[in-house]
Amino acid sequence: MRQKRAYWLWLAAILLLGGGWIWLTRAPQSVRSGPPPAPKEGFSAPDFTLQTLDGKSVSLGDFRGKVVLVNFWATTCHPCRAEMPTMERVYEQERDKGFVVLAVTAEPSAEAVRAFVQNYGITFTVLLDKNAKVSREYRVYGTPTSFFVDRRGVIRWVVFGGPMSEALIRSKVETLLKEKP
Amino acid sequence: MLPYIQIGPATVQLPGLVVLVGLWLALELTARFAERVRVSGDLAVNAVLWGLGVGVVAARLGYALRYLDAFLQAPGSLFSLNPQTLDPTLGAIGGLLAAWEYARRKKLPLRALLDALSPGVLLFAFFLAIAQLLGGSAYGMPTKLPWGIELWGARRHPTQIYAAVLTLAALGWILRAGRAARGDGTLFLQTVGLLAAIRLFVEGFRGDSVVIAGGVRVAQLVALVVLLVVWWLYPRWSGGNGGSR
Repeated sequence: MRQKRAYWLWLAAILLLGGGWIWLTRAPQSVRSGPPPAPKEGFSAPDFTLQTLDGKSVSLGDFRGKVVLVNFWATTCHPCRAEMPTMERVYEQERDKGFVVLAVTAEPSAEAVRAFVQNYGITFTVLLDKNAKVSREYRVYGTPTSFFVDRRGVIRWVVFGGPMSEALIRSKVETLLKEKP
Repeated sequence: MLPYIQIGPATVQLPGLVVLVGLWLALELTARFAERVRVSGDLAVNAVLWGLGVGVVAARLGYALRYLDAFLQAPGSLFSLNPQTLDPTLGAIGGLLAAWEYARRKKLPLRALLDALSPGVLLFAFFLAIAQLLGGSAYGMPTKLPWGIELWGARRHPTQIYAAVLTLAALGWILRAGRAARGDGTLFLQTVGLLAAIRLFVEGFRGDSVVIAGGVRVAQLVALVVLLVVWWLYPRWSGGNGGSR
């Protein structure tokens, strides 16, 4: 009898304390509204403006409504070199559907970057982060690091290290391209 | 937060490394603890390893099936090391089925095996919380409390530390309760109940919750259901005088 009473008391405790805590800790509006900028999945991608090899200014915000892969890389990094042709292949096939690649490098020598781009036949946008300000803002401590940004400007996946497989890039891009702007 | 470190050309992901260390220590603990509930430590560890191996394969195949076109265009990607191309749900199902089949073939008593795994599960959960702290995931809501940590542009509840401390306390409880464990599965039920209670509590401070109408957090509802299942099963597994008797 006593054991049976304890059994039902446990149920009451679970429902009252558990249910009460759920009600008490409902997410405030700040959690439910749009995320602030931060280099993390679920947050808005921090905006930046950098120059291309031709000296043209490009901002991440210019591509709102498109799916963007922001890839931080270096010419001396082996995994970066390995994934560049893969990114180029996917970019060539998906660019007309609204896929953009922004390859950001903090390389000090623009000439080395230019030679690399020509050597690898890269056609997507390469940006020079001369004082590594954007790399620091995105907390890039090692290359490659890749951010998949959706049409609303929200970071959906972050890939540390590499090289990324072709299926990885295709599957993530495919998912984001299917979403409505 | 320290998501990774660069050692020469290699990028070492610290959260992943911590998870691997946690897995190794959890298996060590399982091997030692299993004898207390009269289960062979080697067989218990093998069941987990079978589950993990099959789970990883199932997770990759599941992901490949979901994105068949992408993998047909690049079949070599099936063997890539990218953890982002895994389907966790199918991996979990495949892993659990493989571990269960292994236990059945080796004639391991299922509930005793679950009891044997209990401390290891909690130790692994502790390392998982540490990995989340290093990776900056499972982060908390902004707070002005003095123990808040700077993360993602705000001072936040250190939810990963809350989870780690509570999980460590739960491990202490389970190791103590394990001295009298009978291998009837109730130690495992206590473990699941404690993990659900910790999630129910810590989720209330999280800043990345999936919410439904009125701001109710989905993970808390799931944790509450798990607690109710544990409440229903406990007297039935322990042979006590439950509500249906």
